[in-house]
Amino acid sequence: MTIAVLLKQVPDTTAKISVSGNRVDEGAVAKWSMSPYDEYALESALQLKESGGGDLVAITAGPARCEKLLRDAAAVGADTLVHVSVDDIGALDSTQVQALLAAAVSKTGANVVFCGKQAADTNSGSTGPGVAEILNAACVTLVSEVSSDGGGFIATRPSAAGQEKVGVNSPCVFAFDKGLTEMRRPNVRGIMMAKKKPVDVWSAADLGVDLGSSTVTIEAHSPPAEKPPGQKFEGAESVPTVVSKLRDEANVI
Amino acid sequence: MEITVIAESSGNSLHPITAQLVGAACALGGSPTVVVPGGNGANEAATINGVSKVVSVVGDCFASFDGGAWASALTPQCNGVVLAGATPNGREVAARIAAKRGIAIVQDATALSGSINITRPIYSGKAVETSSVSGDCVITLRANAFDAAGSGGSAPINTVDQSADVSVAIKEAIAKASERLDVSEADIIISGGRGIGERENFAHLEEVADMIGAAVGASRAVVDEWGMPHSMQVGQTGKTVTPSLYIAVGISGAIQHLAGMRSSKYIVAINKDPDAPIFGVADYGIVSTWEDAIPALKSALAAL
Repeated sequence: MTIAVLLKQVPDTTAKISVSGNRVDEGAVAKWSMSPYDEYALESALQLKESGGGDLVAITAGPARCEKLLRDAAAVGADTLVHVSVDDIGALDSTQVQALLAAAVSKTGANVVFCGKQAADTNSGSTGPGVAEILNAACVTLVSEVSSDGGGFIATRPSAAGQEKVGVNSPCVFAFDKGLTEMRRPNVRGIMMAKKKPVDVWSAADLGVDLGSSTVTIEAHSPPAEKPPGQKFEGAESVPTVVSKLRDEANVI
Repeated sequence: MEITVIAESSGNSLHPITAQLVGAACALGGSPTVVVPGGNGANEAATINGVSKVVSVVGDCFASFDGGAWASALTPQCNGVVLAGATPNGREVAARIAAKRGIAIVQDATALSGSINITRPIYSGKAVETSSVSGDCVITLRANAFDAAGSGGSAPINTVDQSADVSVAIKEAIAKASERLDVSEADIIISGGRGIGERENFAHLEEVADMIGAAVGASRAVVDEWGMPHSMQVGQTGKTVTPSLYIAVGISGAIQHLAGMRSSKYIVAINKDPDAPIFGVADYGIVSTWEDAIPALKSALAAL
């Protein structure tokens, strides 16, 4: 079994996002990290591989800086590293990103795909289901846990009544929410091995993907609207005042 | 402009997002077709003002949720620009419909204009993106960001029998640990952070919540450290919420937490540290310990 994990490098969630010249200033990002939900996907894929065997392929799409992300994945146990080389991934629309990733998954021969429910930069959540559609695969989103079940898989996802366990067979895509486990930390040996691991770098042409042109044009990025300064009160004795303002000024209670 | 709205239901009735989708479609100059998965709420959809027709798609695949099967059954009815709710199921079905049609999807729009410019938050609200789309596309809209269309209409309803192969099979239902309202559905949220000392003290927040019909949320710190359910977590790796009223108790206001709640309509912060960043986004800040403020809050609410 080959398990592909789709990973995205994003500004660390602790990073301040600044806008310069109508665009988020990537040069000002202090730290790039693996998108948090992708970490849960990677950890769960590692656990699945450990319980049932198989080959774990880490795939990312993006510019040269993303190689570090692949090495981080290798340090905790990814077997094969694939870098789909795209200079400005933010300029691609969803169909283009999904075409590249689906082609990369196909090329690795993986029939099970793990990814995060959404990336921490675009917050979209289109990639998992979109790649599944192209691969004609089942997809389960907001997954917290996956285990093998005979020839198939059992995944846990939220439901209106709480949670439910669902069964799917490969080919399938699991888009992860925050689960029960934190991602493992690499050990020194893992980090050393990861440095030497080869990275397969594939362009759109290598994947046989004709990207065409994006149908979505980013016009501008801007900082969020500033809120006017609020009112501040000292001490618990101000609580009745605030409650009456919530009722009379804000009309929310 | 030809616009298709995908209705969202909860149980046998429509989710309020549906009328908001219709409102947004009409504001773009469309008179949308509303496609109703499984037919749940089709009669209600026909009464929303501005709807040209309702297509009720019925089939066995709608008995449980499989985004792939739903998209297969719905896509033949989804022409032109497609609008869906940016709810968990809405996002998944919409993404598959877009991929099936080979058109782009833009998720979680908070404003639309012209033909078609889209505004949406990115980096969990730390920045805003505006984009323009050429040709047909699929757009999901954030709940409560658009004015709902009124009711009183009577659009015709066509019923289409269309199912699809289901590949996600329900094996086991697991009941919710608590019957409390979910933060993503609540109009008022009271959240606690590390400042309230220990997990047991959430009982005080629950008492306030019960008085005003609020959900109880939590910061990432207490979810991770005190083992609270992740479903309660508000913030960048939890839920992004936009209630009418958000009350933050003992939450300092880390940038990741602010990302998940800053677009709430009104924010009340209760914190003993006058310099806590949460006061920067609060409409009403109260500098006080929670031990003093919560009993005062209870008695003030009881006196309303």
